[in-house]
Amino acid sequence: MASIINLKVNGKTQEHLIPDAMLLVDFLRDRLGLTGTKQGCDGGECGACTVLVDGRQRLSCVTLAKSVAGKTVETIESIETKGRLSRLQAAFHEKLGTQCGFCTPGMIMAAESLLRKNPAPERDEIKEALSGNLCRCTGYVKIIESVEAAILTGEQA
Amino acid sequence: MNTGMNFELNAPASIAEVVEQLANKTGARVFSGGTDLVPNLRRRIGTPPVLVSTDGVAEMKSVDLQGDHLVIGAAMPLAQLLESDKLAGFPALLQAIAEVAGPGLREAATIGGNLCQDTRCLFYNQSHWWRKSNGFCLKLDGDTCHVAPNGEHCFAAYCGDVAPALLVLGAEVRIAAQGKDRWVSLNSIYEDDGRSHLLLKPGELLVSIRIPLKAAQWRSGYLKSRLRKSVDFPLAGVAVALRLDNRGISHLRIAVTGTNSRPLLFEDFSVVPLSITDDLALSAIDREIGQSIKPMRTTNLPGLYRRKMVAVLGRRLIEGLTAPTGKNGV
Ligand SMILES: Cc1cc2nc3c(=O)[nH]c(=O)nc-3n(C[C@H](O)[C@H](O)[C@H](O)COP(=O)(O)OP(=O)(O)OC[C@H]3O[C@@H](n4cnc5c(N)ncnc54)[C@H](O)[C@@H]3O)c2cc1C
Ligand code: SF4
Ligand code: FES
Ligand code: FES
Repeated sequence: MASIINLKVNGKTQEHLIPDAMLLVDFLRDRLGLTGTKQGCDGGECGACTVLVDGRQRLSCVTLAKSVAGKTVETIESIETKGRLSRLQAAFHEKLGTQCGFCTPGMIMAAESLLRKNPAPERDEIKEALSGNLCRCTGYVKIIESVEAAILTGEQA
Repeated sequence: MNTGMNFELNAPASIAEVVEQLANKTGARVFSGGTDLVPNLRRRIGTPPVLVSTDGVAEMKSVDLQGDHLVIGAAMPLAQLLESDKLAGFPALLQAIAEVAGPGLREAATIGGNLCQDTRCLFYNQSHWWRKSNGFCLKLDGDTCHVAPNGEHCFAAYCGDVAPALLVLGAEVRIAAQGKDRWVSLNSIYEDDGRSHLLLKPGELLVSIRIPLKAAQWRSGYLKSRLRKSVDFPLAGVAVALRLDNRGISHLRIAVTGTNSRPLLFEDFSVVPLSITDDLALSAIDREIGQSIKPMRTTNLPGLYRRKMVAVLGRRLIEGLTAPTGKNGV
């Protein structure tokens, strides 16, 4: 069974004929070529596939693309502005919040969703917001420090 | 990626249309947040030809005070319930919701889907090739149980965090099907059978949940034991609600998840009312619960440990809730 869906991805309206059973992560990566979103597990365990749906963090590997028809999806590719890294991206780069980089798009999207809801979160709130995202490299401390550094940049801006 | 999934997904806008499709489309199943269903379908646990989504039904996505009850739509995502101030009187419920999976999953996961989630087992929640090479089991496609090979019973555990909290708060659920619509106690929809733990019939939809406002007079809390601090099902989970008078605990309800194929509610304790400091009475409660729970080797920690954790978590909750500041849970 296939259907035509309309949705907004990274600011652009998209209309596609897709199988009803297609996962959002596959739609983003295979149809739209947005390979920044990663797939790290077989369903909901790791957070690598985190994107924003209507501004809130969602796991695209357990989300059916058809179920977000009519909604707004944002991926890591949309986070930079005019070719410049966002404050979270810059902070992950500067504070070594990224090593192999596989978890990074998911981490940044989860952090982005937190900062939109709560621009000045405490350390515990950062930990909680990122608690669905696994990282095999950094040991998490650098990731949390990166988010904290991004918050400080935001306050100075 | 080819997930092997193939189905029709519909999202009608009313309860009537959902139950109509469930009744008339062969093999149709309810689809809410999909956080339990999609991982299972990706592992070829079930191949429903039609999924009927509750996401478009506005009536199932609200939280309202109606008369003496708080009514929660079954399609409410857990993350939004955590942000609702209407649940403030029910700490056990808020604590249980906050313990479900991780933040990204809670944005999609609904409360109705949480109550109706499938039972779990080490030998079942695995990919198709894993199950095929290990040998399928009684619960799906096979004829022996790898946990208790001599029996005919499936012991897969019910691992929802929210059900025990709702059970101690005395919740009821509204079940709709074509030509039928009724309220029943939440406790009555479960059965202790890993293969069919839900007594809902095909075609039946859990529409909403209601909690008596009087339950806010009870002190309540929820604690769970698990290996990781986040994104992990309960090895055992315990909810407690109690009332105090000047002699001690006058009313007590305890519910347990993660040990049996259904969540279990205990409310007729022979030792209640009891004095808070009566250790013998508390031990008697541990024993009464211990006789009914049956944690088997369905997860990565042994049954004996999970059995002990039920008693530990129950004690911890009772101590916290009977402390002078216990009004808001633990
Ligand atoms: C990595 C991971 C970790 C998890 N950790 C936890 C955890 O710690 N605690 C926990 O409790 N759960 C956990 N879950 C399970 C799941 O996320 C939750 O149970 C969630 O609340 C299910 O809700 P849903 O809306 O996504 O359900 P769905 O997946 O949409 O549905 C689940 C089942 O219920 C049926 N159903 C759904 N809605 C209704 C309805 N209204 N009426 C009748 N039947 C219905 C469906 O047909 C299906 O069989 C986890 C899942 C994953 C993938
Ligand atoms: S308890 Fe036995 S039958 Fe049930 S899922 Fe586990 S192995 Fe299969
Ligand atoms: S790929 Fe989605 S949670 Fe792991
Ligand atoms: S940087 Fe390698 S997984 Fe996180």
